[in-house]
Amino acid sequence: MRAFEYATPQTKEQAVGLLGTKWGPIAVLAGGTDLLALMKDDVEQPKRLVNIKDIKELHGVTSSAQGLRIGALTTLGDLADNANVLQDYPALAEALNDAASPQIRNLATLGGNLCQRPRCWYFRNGFGLLPKDKVGKDLVAEGDNRFHAILGNSGPAKFVSPSTIVPTLIAYGAKVRLAGPKGNRELPLEKFYVIPKTDTEREHDLRPNEIITEVFIPAAGGMRAAHYEIRQKAAFDWPLAVAAVALNLSGSKVLSARVVLGYVAPVPWPSPEAEQALAGKVISEDVAKAAADAALQKAQPFTHNSYKVQLARVAVKRAILKAAGGAA
Amino acid sequence: MPDYSWPAAEQRTLIGKRVSRVDAPLKVSGRAKYSYDYTRPGMLFGKILRSPYAKARIVSIDTSAAEKMPGVKAVEIIQKPGTTVQWAGDEIVGVAAVDEPTAEDAIRVIKVQYQQLPHLVSDAEPPAGVGGVPGPMSEDDIWDATDLMSPPQVASQVSQLGVTFKASPDVIDEFKKFGLPAEIVEAIQKAAYHPLAESSHSASWYQKASALHQGDPDKAFAGAEAVSEGLYGAPVITHCCLETHGSTAEWPDKDHLLVHLSTQNVSGIPGQMAEPLGLPAANIRQQQDHIGGGFGSKFAADRWDITAARLSKKAGGKPVRMMLERDSELQVAGARPSAYARVKVAAKTDGTLTAWHSESWGTGGPGGGGMPPIPYLFNIPNQHKEHTAIRNNIGPARAWRAPNHPQAAAITMCALDDLAAKLNLDPLELFRKNLGITGPRAENYREEFAIAADLMGWKDKWRGRGQDRSGSVARGLGLSIHTWGGRGHSSDCDLTLHPDGSVDIKLGSQDLGTGTRTCILMVAAETLGLPIEAISLYIGDTMYPPSGGSGGSTTIGGVSSSTRRAAVDAREGLFTKVAPALNAQPADLECVNGTVRVKSDPSRSLSWKQACSKLGAVPLTARGKNPDKSKPPDLTNSGVGGVQMAEVEVDTDTGVAKVKKIVAVQDCGLIIDLKTAESQCYGALIMGITYALYEEKIMDQLTGRMLNPNMQFYRLAGISDIPELVVHMMTGKGYDERGVIGLGEPPVISPGAAISNAVANAIGVRVPFLPLTPDRVLKALADHNLD
Repeated sequence: MRAFEYATPQTKEQAVGLLGTKWGPIAVLAGGTDLLALMKDDVEQPKRLVNIKDIKELHGVTSSAQGLRIGALTTLGDLADNANVLQDYPALAEALNDAASPQIRNLATLGGNLCQRPRCWYFRNGFGLLPKDKVGKDLVAEGDNRFHAILGNSGPAKFVSPSTIVPTLIAYGAKVRLAGPKGNRELPLEKFYVIPKTDTEREHDLRPNEIITEVFIPAAGGMRAAHYEIRQKAAFDWPLAVAAVALNLSGSKVLSARVVLGYVAPVPWPSPEAEQALAGKVISEDVAKAAADAALQKAQPFTHNSYKVQLARVAVKRAILKAAGGAA
Repeated sequence: MPDYSWPAAEQRTLIGKRVSRVDAPLKVSGRAKYSYDYTRPGMLFGKILRSPYAKARIVSIDTSAAEKMPGVKAVEIIQKPGTTVQWAGDEIVGVAAVDEPTAEDAIRVIKVQYQQLPHLVSDAEPPAGVGGVPGPMSEDDIWDATDLMSPPQVASQVSQLGVTFKASPDVIDEFKKFGLPAEIVEAIQKAAYHPLAESSHSASWYQKASALHQGDPDKAFAGAEAVSEGLYGAPVITHCCLETHGSTAEWPDKDHLLVHLSTQNVSGIPGQMAEPLGLPAANIRQQQDHIGGGFGSKFAADRWDITAARLSKKAGGKPVRMMLERDSELQVAGARPSAYARVKVAAKTDGTLTAWHSESWGTGGPGGGGMPPIPYLFNIPNQHKEHTAIRNNIGPARAWRAPNHPQAAAITMCALDDLAAKLNLDPLELFRKNLGITGPRAENYREEFAIAADLMGWKDKWRGRGQDRSGSVARGLGLSIHTWGGRGHSSDCDLTLHPDGSVDIKLGSQDLGTGTRTCILMVAAETLGLPIEAISLYIGDTMYPPSGGSGGSTTIGGVSSSTRRAAVDAREGLFTKVAPALNAQPADLECVNGTVRVKSDPSRSLSWKQACSKLGAVPLTARGKNPDKSKPPDLTNSGVGGVQMAEVEVDTDTGVAKVKKIVAVQDCGLIIDLKTAESQCYGALIMGITYALYEEKIMDQLTGRMLNPNMQFYRLAGISDIPELVVHMMTGKGYDERGVIGLGEPPVISPGAAISNAVANAIGVRVPFLPLTPDRVLKALADHNLD
């Protein structure tokens, strides 16, 4: 690891003041479970780390009639054990418990999970976010893309968005709140993610001089939600496909649905096609299958990842059935 | 002459019992010290600059900026300009600095110019027509050939084809040291030297071995009642030692080197470091308390270890720690060769095997590598076998637990399982039917099959292929059998009785985590009639009598035999001193329960301490050896068998396979510690599940680099992936009297084949290659549905 400067601001204003206008030279340190690994691998080389863990208002979870406010520094482990989460957002608790190992969950923060860098093996091996070789060959398209995107992959970005928790948060309608030099702003979580077009851009709309302060999840009401991951290993493994589904039901009929896929595109991938396929329907095996087919209709796999289309389809179908209370 | 033989069953107090390993408390509490933990004041940290290219000529190296960097204490060029590196991650320059970040900074400012050369990192099936003419043989080729052919055949092949290496006296010595038959050595000395031509890369990438022939396969296939064809294989995997490779080296004075090297071969290290360092082996001391995994990859002092010693010397003798990072560990510190084959196998309708035809290929890195021993275990009367070795740029292969056997089992046992399916036979019946051609262990296999089938509930659970489905869940059973040698290696052991009654044992062996310490103590304690705690054991140091490297399942047979002989001799020596005090002849005495007493009159006894006081002022040391023809009987033996059965569930929608249960029935002669023997099997099964389902060294064709040199994408089974494991060790009559035989390798051979067979049984179609990942399972299902 390279030498760096270390700052520990006490307020979010101080923190923001320590940040810069470019990605790279300055990095925000929260749980550090991803950042420190990237620094050890020399993929990230920050000259300054801004440790935000002393900022009190970024901690804690508060519940109100409107919903749940989750401080960005809440660890995945604490959030998974939170009584409100367990009661009102059980699919989120499940997603949290499926993420990483207990040791990681006890350190990793929700804000950090939202900002973790892609797991693309070219990126992690130092070939860049939009990896190319010396003569400009696209390493993913022409190389080993077995774990890469099958949707939203027509541009230079072909990695998959790495959070397994975010699809469920989006399905629950979560918003993310950011603090920057000009004050605070709020975004629907799905708008927080963008597909970068150049190596200097990031995978999200956070600016280099902003930090995430909190995530807000509106009250779940009678919403029924589910999270489903397809992993090869039973635990502590990065999934091959993720689906999160939230259903607003009237009796057994779907009034409206949210269907969000993970690990299929450079961003968490809401599927309006699947949502439409569910609206007005009574959930059945066939309805779930039709929605899953709709979600993957536009999939464009590369040479080695067409199996992921099948896996994503199965994940969506099983998440729908699980949300509706059927067999997963 | 004293009776050195193992005590009879009814007399054993410790041998064959379940004894918890003596170092368990140290390990579970984190107090056990590994080479990685060795820390000294003023210690420097070594780092290696590695080649980013899979094949490149080094044009120039400029280390000046690194040498000037504050905190950098030594820089050592490992491969000079003009050299061609053959794999990404190959060592170029070593640096020692006051801390790790400084050493890393120094590495980054070293300027190396490379001329990139075309590389090959694939081990896909060789294109037709390549490597048509067998080329000259590498050292690996020769060793591999000895597995397959008789010495005169190998010698004749060497003379015919020539060799790719210079047969220097050192190389010849090395061959002799590892037991290459004299006629082959002679052939090597006379053989023509053909260096691998740099100018014709693609031509030298593939090397076809001579075809092997037995019986009349053409006729047998022509008249066959049933023929099954298939594609099988196992990829290159790494050793992935939890404690990475490396060492700490220091020079207490200018003529002496002290190393703490993580090794399976404590006694062998000085000899390996002596020549490159220009130092007598006698001046090199190696120490190691505990090792965090080797699996066959830690027999040598590696180039980075030699570099650490050189850096230390340059830095005035200060300790230099050079332990590999995880990515280097996975890239360069060991890989199991791949093996794939197109197989045709013929049988009568009753399952009797008649003919085998295989066209195999695989890579062991730049050395190529040889044909795995196929057909494995079943000596099918008519055979035709061809093999093409791929000499590519993925880094060198190393012995991986039971070298070549897991691959051979995966190819053979899966081919036989497919044949059984084709004949609508239960594979258990087909395997049993053909045990007659498995050699001397046939009856053992028969017994083991019966026990395994019972423990698995095979008869009740087994269905034909694809017949056990509910929804998307397919269940299946599979089996495999295996063999190994396991004769004890050379081992010298000093056992000392002190006049105060204390006892110590010294031998330059190592405990790979297998329970070697515990077993040595059990043998000595049993022989001396003492509790284990009464004996102090010292291993892991070249100051102690030499013991062989721990490879090939040779340790337990070696150390238990040398310890037994030392303990018997020490006991006899003690009897001689004690006999007058008990008014008896030495031959009338026995050691029981911490006493020395007269056999015929146990009331005439001395406590152990009293007895030892008769030694006078000088301790008594006895040297036990293995082998030792002067002190019969032979206490070790060779040749074991084992049967494994796996039960799996496959989600046919996702292709995710889960192992639900494995049964392993294993023999290994006389078992010293039943508990650590069972543990060996549990570990092997876990390792087997991992290579069956998850592991693969994935190489990027474009960049020539390994894509998964990390614990994210180099998947290992976790606790939730481990199912019910049932281990049954064969003991008692027919086994115990064979003597002590090693167990490290055998139980890891079958899991890949058994699990693959279970998956095929579940989903109704063969997934050709390990690991059985979801993409491959889905592809096999899709291809099957197209048929």
